[in-house]
This record gives sequence, C-alpha cells and structure tokens, in this order.
Amino acid sequence: MSTALVTDLTIFVLALLVGIEVIGKVPATLHTPLMSAANSIHGIVLVGAMLIGLTAHNAVGYILAFVAAFFAAANVVGGYVVTGRMLKMFRRKIPAAEPAKAQLNGQASKQPQEVQR
Amino acid sequence: MNSFTTNIQLVYVLAAACFVVGLHLMNSPATARRGNQVSTAGMIIAVVITLILLIHEGTVTALGWTVLIVGSLLGSAAGLWSARTVQMTAMPQLVSMFNAVGGGAAALVAIYGYIHDESAPGGVLGSTTVFTVLDVIIGSVTFTGSLIAAGKLQGIITGNPVMIKGGRAINVALAVVALGSAAFMLTTASLPALLLVVLASLAFGVLMVLPIGGADMPVVISLLNAFTGTAVAMAGFVVNNWALIIAGALVGASGGILTKLMADAMNRSLGNIMLGGFGTGDSAIAAPVAGDAQIRSIAADDAAIQLAYASKVIIVPGYGLAAAQAQHGAAELAALLESRGVEVSYAIHPVAGRMPGHMNVLLAEANVPYPQLKEMEEINPEFGRADVALVIGANDVTNPAARRPGNAISGMPILDVDQAKSIIVVKRSMGHGYAGMDNELYGNPKTSMYFADAKKAVAEMTSAVKTLVG
Repeated sequence: MSTALVTDLTIFVLALLVGIEVIGKVPATLHTPLMSAANSIHGIVLVGAMLIGLTAHNAVGYILAFVAAFFAAANVVGGYVVTGRMLKMFRRKIPAAEPAKAQLNGQASKQPQEVQR
Repeated sequence: MNSFTTNIQLVYVLAAACFVVGLHLMNSPATARRGNQVSTAGMIIAVVITLILLIHEGTVTALGWTVLIVGSLLGSAAGLWSARTVQMTAMPQLVSMFNAVGGGAAALVAIYGYIHDESAPGGVLGSTTVFTVLDVIIGSVTFTGSLIAAGKLQGIITGNPVMIKGGRAINVALAVVALGSAAFMLTTASLPALLLVVLASLAFGVLMVLPIGGADMPVVISLLNAFTGTAVAMAGFVVNNWALIIAGALVGASGGILTKLMADAMNRSLGNIMLGGFGTGDSAIAAPVAGDAQIRSIAADDAAIQLAYASKVIIVPGYGLAAAQAQHGAAELAALLESRGVEVSYAIHPVAGRMPGHMNVLLAEANVPYPQLKEMEEINPEFGRADVALVIGANDVTNPAARRPGNAISGMPILDVDQAKSIIVVKRSMGHGYAGMDNELYGNPKTSMYFADAKKAVAEMTSAVKTLVG
C-alpha cells in the first residue's frame, strides 16, 4: 500500500467522522435544505470531470468529458441555486411589510417577493 | 509532487474546509444562508484552481477545452433552469435528479480513468482498480436508481411497488455478475469486464428502486444521497484529489445519518424497506373503522368556533396537505387565528412529506415563520396543553395504536395528538394510510372528523372564522 493511498484513506475516514459530527447537529427543520446543500457539494465531481480534459485525446475521452462536465455542472449550479432559494423562505417572523399579503394570499404574494430579492 | 501541484492540493483543502464550515452553519435557520454562501465560495475556489491547473499543465487540446466548456455551460443552464422553476412540492424529484447526475458523473470519471490507464504504458494500477470498480458500481446504481425514484415521485412511474416475477433472483444474478467482473478486473485489466460491471450495476439500480413504494421515498432519497457522496469520494481516490474525497465523505455521512433518521421515524429497518412491498403509498382504500368506535363529523362553523375560542392550537400537517396544495390556506388560517390571540404552532413528524424535512420547506414557502415549526420531541409534551389539535392530511403518524405492540406500526414514533383537549381531523374519507390500518384516533370521543379535501376544508374554516367571530 503506497503512502499516497494511506494518506487518502486517512483523509476519507476523518472527513466521514467530521461529517457525522457536523451534520448530527442540523435540526430537522433544515433537513431538506441540508440534503440539497450536500447535493451541491457532491457536485465537486465537476473537478474530476475537468481533469479528464488533461489526457482526453480521442473521441471516447471527449464524449466522456462532455457528459461528465454536463452532469456535474448541472449538479453544482442547480444544487446551490435551489438551496439558496429554499433557505430564503425560512423567516423568523412574517416580514413586517408583507403580513397583509401573507394572510390574504400566500400563493400570490410568493411571486413578487421572489422577484424583489 | 512538485511545489506547484502541492500548492494546488492546499487550495483544494481550503475548498473542502469551506464545505465543512458551510455545513456547520446549517445548524440554525438563522445562519444557514451564510452556510450555503460559504459552501458556494468553496466550490468556486475548487473550480478556479482546477482551471489554473489545466492551463498550467497545457495538455488540454482545443477540442478538449471546447467539450469541457460547452458541457459545463449547457449543464449549468439545465441546473439553473430546473432550480429556478421547480415547485417546492417537487423538491424530492429534483434532489433525486441531482443525485442521478452526480453519481453518473462520478462513474464516468472512473470509467475514463480506467480506459485511459488501460491503453497507457504501465497499464492499470491494482490499488486504483479497487476504487474504480467501487465508484463505477455505486455511481451506476445511483444513476439509474435515482432516475427511477424521480420518476416515481413525479408520477411518471407508478408509486406502487412494482414486483417483477423472480425480481429478487435477477437482482442476485446482477450482483454476482457485477462483483464477479469487478473481482476479475482486480487481477486482469479488461475493458469488457468494466462494461459488464457498468451494465449490471445500471440494471441493478433500476430493479433496486422499482419494488419500493412511494411512501418510503424519504428513506430511498437519503440512501441514494449517501451513495452519491460515496461514489464521489471513490472518484477522488481514482483521480487522487482531496477535495473530492472530503466532499464525498461529508455527503456520504449526511446521507447516512438522514437514512437512519428516516428509517427510525418509520420504524422500519433499511433491509425491510429495500426488500419492498409494504409502502403502497398513495392507495386510499375506504374502509370503516371497527364497529365499536363512534365517528363524529363536524361542520365548518363548529370547527371555526372551536378554533377561534381556543387559546392554543397545534396544526398537524401531513403529506395530504402538500398533495392538496393546502399549505398556503393552512398558513392563512393560522395567521387569522394568531391575529385573534390564539397561540398556533405546527407539529412536524420527521417523515411528513416525501423527503427529510420536506414539510418545513413547504410551510416556509407559505410564509410560516420557522419558530412555529416544532419537531416531534419538542411538540409532544405541548399537546396536553392544546385546546385543539387540527390534523390535516396526516394519518399513521397520529395513530395511538403505535404505542401498543402487535401491529404494523408498533413502536413507530408518533405525535401525541390524542393528548389534546379536542381534535379535528381533516380528511377526504375514512381511507387508510400507507400502513393500511384503522386509525384509532378517529374513534376517540374527543375527535371530530371534517370530511373534505384539505384545501377546501381550510378555506371553509377560514371564512367561517371570519364570518362568525369577525
């Protein structure tokens, strides 16, 4: 077993334990945004897709690089945007300027708010 | 390792640190947005440094740059579009799709690495092959499994368990083929064996998720999320990149924890869920409650008076509320009651919705302030002080039968709705929940049934409160 492999395994195990420690403290209220955030983080595979480009010099390499880059980029961008969109909705109280709208019609008030922010 | 690549590894560690801090900030709704920004910053750092590495190495061909840039831009556009347009009720499908593409990309990275090494002088390194086959197997299973899960959630594929004759035998055969070929690859470099691993894993992913019912989706999505993280970490071993290893491990841990929480909240073992056949989800078989129980129904006016003159009301939302798009109406009713001085809170069971924490997002979207959203452990002691518990579209998670041994839901953690002074249940019919059993709560003398679609019911109650008590 090479030193590099031992280092990689050490990092993997420690990161797993850090993950369990950090995520165990997230309240149930935020579990959907948490999963969505974790989703965007695994979009880091985009880096792996980009590294294909270093040695891709034939059709198979280009096709794999293209599909991997497409998948990973969709994962990263979509993941972060939708997580941000969800978290924006979590408010401590109904915003002072909007309670009337919020009470009258939640559906209708949703649209203008999203445009504003 | 020269000093340039060493410095690059350090930057990847910085990016990974951003992910850890970002996830840590998710421990409170007040800091969660900042957490997402920190995590995004980490991702940008990782991508930029990779670009610098590609330019520095100078081995990327013009066509190579083109496919990477066009692929990334098209992917970003697709991700952006779906993230902007998705309905909050459809979040589980979107998360599932992101699991699919993440797992797929991780598998492709390993497949490419193997093809490249196989043709190169020196061949494939034995120690890398272990991670390559793990990545390919997990990534491919995640890819098709997540697509099927998304299809089930979207209703393209039936939410009922699909039992294929001899499905279990086929699954075992596929597993044997995948693992056998993988074992062969450890001794001999072989592209056909890799292809066999990929195909068997893809088929296995389909057959793994098809027999699982719609109601078990919170567990399935969490599990596939853990799979994706693990696949990405394995890809990190293949390309020897710390950012991928750390990020993948973090996601694997998060998915693993959520899988366990969800399985516990449904009182089912993971094995039991994966074998399928129990969670028939949306089936609503109309059947009367056992003869000795008296069912009382209630009209909008009476319900409105009970609610308006209560001092404490607890709303218990279930997936029926989300399915009927009644979350906005319920929030409106709650706001009206609050304006009359009634203390309103929401009791959220861990599996209310189609993914972990889904109901919280739906209510947040309807402008419900998050301090009103109470977790099960927090709200259960409060039911005794509640004048009215208003159950909207929730069933099994309120069934007191769970406290007794000897039935389908025995031991399942439930909301102590029956402790409230009075209970109003909004429900379309006397149909069963996914456990397929009578809810004893409905026969409780304190319970009144309000038979209507959730959206219509909350609208009727709201207007009744307005007319009767101004």
